[in-house]
Amino acid sequence: MALDAGTVAAVDALAERYKYGFVTDIEQETAPKGLNEDIIRFISAKKAEPEWLLAWRLKAYRHWLEMRDPKWARVKHPPIDFQDAYYYAAPKTKEGPKSLDEVDPELLRTYEKLGIPLHEHEILAGVAVDAVFDSVSVATTFKKKLEEVGVIFCAISEAVQKHPELVRRYLGTVVPYSDNFYATLNSAVFTDGSFVYLPKGVRCPMELSTYFRINAAKTGQFERTLIIADAGAHVSYLEGCTAPMRDENQLHAAVVELVALDDAEIKYSTVQNWYPGDAEGRGGIYNFVTKRGACRGRHSKISWTQVETGSAITWKYPSCILQGEGSSGAFYSIAIVNNRQQADTGTKMLHIGRNTRSTIVSKGISAGRGQNTYRGLVRMQGGAENARNHTRCDSLLIGGACGAHTVPYIESKNPTARVEHEATTARIGEDQLFYCRQRGLDEEQAVSLIVNGFCKEVLQELPMEFAVEAQKLVALSLEGSVG
Amino acid sequence: MLEIHDLHVSVGGAEILKGLSLNVAAGEVHAVMGPNGSGKSTLSYVLAGRPGYDVTAGTVRYKGRDLLAMAPEERAAAGVFLAFQYPVELPGVSGATFLRTALNAVRKARGEKDLDAMQFLKAVRERLRSLSMTEETLKRALNVGFSGGEKKRNEMLQMALLEPDLAVLDETDSGLDIDALKLVADGVNALRAPGRAMLVITHYQRLLSHIVPDRVHVLARGRIQRSGGKELALELEARGYAEFGHAA
Repeated sequence: MALDAGTVAAVDALAERYKYGFVTDIEQETAPKGLNEDIIRFISAKKAEPEWLLAWRLKAYRHWLEMRDPKWARVKHPPIDFQDAYYYAAPKTKEGPKSLDEVDPELLRTYEKLGIPLHEHEILAGVAVDAVFDSVSVATTFKKKLEEVGVIFCAISEAVQKHPELVRRYLGTVVPYSDNFYATLNSAVFTDGSFVYLPKGVRCPMELSTYFRINAAKTGQFERTLIIADAGAHVSYLEGCTAPMRDENQLHAAVVELVALDDAEIKYSTVQNWYPGDAEGRGGIYNFVTKRGACRGRHSKISWTQVETGSAITWKYPSCILQGEGSSGAFYSIAIVNNRQQADTGTKMLHIGRNTRSTIVSKGISAGRGQNTYRGLVRMQGGAENARNHTRCDSLLIGGACGAHTVPYIESKNPTARVEHEATTARIGEDQLFYCRQRGLDEEQAVSLIVNGFCKEVLQELPMEFAVEAQKLVALSLEGSVG
Repeated sequence: MLEIHDLHVSVGGAEILKGLSLNVAAGEVHAVMGPNGSGKSTLSYVLAGRPGYDVTAGTVRYKGRDLLAMAPEERAAAGVFLAFQYPVELPGVSGATFLRTALNAVRKARGEKDLDAMQFLKAVRERLRSLSMTEETLKRALNVGFSGGEKKRNEMLQMALLEPDLAVLDETDSGLDIDALKLVADGVNALRAPGRAMLVITHYQRLLSHIVPDRVHVLARGRIQRSGGKELALELEARGYAEFGHAA
């Protein structure tokens, strides 16, 4: 994504075409700060988008101008100045570290603890831009293999060019442009993201992942992902956000839309470890994300599994619209807050069709001065005959200065529907810690073992290679929470 | 191996141990007997380093080192093992994960290499067999839903695997029927070794019929009131703790 000469020329050209102009600053390699229609036109032009998509973006932008940011979540932050942000930016290769020696040693230690090999350090720290491009080409290699079975897996901007009919048919149909403040903002300015289409009856031969791509999008904080599973198709998709961010309170407002047709199944897993800010709560990402899946077909399935350990603030409710008869949705979540982190996360299960099923398992862990809120809606519509939901919501507290909150919303308009909600709150017992230490574990190992045990049901839902990483992350994000 | 001198310990401001002295040599098994509330569990916890037990006076030396200056995990690494009266439940943590984590933590502290999964399994299988336990124990969450007997056998399994130099058994006989008691006692006896000291803390004599001690001490009112050979246990069984100022 680094701006090349072509980009600079494009910016210059636009600056002439639209008299508001852009200051082309090669040193910074960004479009100017702020948000207006010209920025949106620039993004759209940069990606050579068709007219309908630009119109859609502008419609979203104009709608957004009339909206206010939501106040109902249990999170606190100063007002965000939306004019004080870059909406199109590429890595500042000149300012970035040139070699591993120039990288913050603490950053390197963090990678070591994560068990990421050295050459990947370079990729993750944005040192070797070529290597970042290499990681994109890894996805391209997969792409060929996937094409053989008819699976489309590419950047959404590429999909707009190559498969405009699919994008146009599904984009914004699960999360409409007017959905909510941050999703609407995303609709106006999204710059990157993935597109997946599985044709009828295709079982994706491998896990799809965006693990490396997140680095290329270092400053592109408005991703948009669209996954469509046609009748009978199956896919497991992994999203990793494990590159720490060093910026001050940067906004990350992504949108993910999933569509599952008859008998299709989508499994979407996330391990989110954005920079959480320092111990005093300075810096860190505002992770304000809208994720929603539509089970449109009969007996379709969508499951969300998330491990949320990073970000200063997480505001995220991966949801399922259970429309198809006998369709089912699941939400498995681990949310960890430490230091001054805040998380307000959960799900929405909207039961529309007959015999729909949903399962919610939420594990919240609070340490330091962290505040962790589970917020979940289960709605049984009038037509949801014999629909079933089961919710388990467990909170674990470490220390006395953190908080855990559970806010379930249950609405039932059908007398045959059944909704079950269980919730527990516990502290890590002094007796548990002592027992582990008596067996030779130090305090941090003990906490890690106990917390991983607490999260086990959710960790089991992750694909194997992610589960191992997630376990390490759980331990890492709780470092310094005891003693 | 273990030298306790004039130990005073308070819990929540109340003095529980009031000048306890006790020496245990390598290769010996000592029994500490006493009525409820005499300070038996306090002794075991303070040896293991449980937070909240304030040592106000006295010394404890273990292999010549100041035991009280060591963190609980350092004591474990140095070979101190406490078999808990009430083993703690760890939901979601399988027995195998716990045992392997503990074993490797202790090995690391001793400068030994981690055991890989196969080596670990081999080591643990041998011990399981000798305690008449099944591999099912390794898959279950540690102590969760275990019967009293299962919990105590699980403690013995950990002890057998960690091979401590000083084992403190806190009321290991409580809550066991006679068959379980015999199994646990066999497990302990199998671990008796010239380089290993054991401190068996119990209210009742019956455990000492199966684990025959070299020395017996009576703990009451926070101090060792009397010490003797194995016959002292039988005497206590017959006469109770009344002469030491406690009802049996």
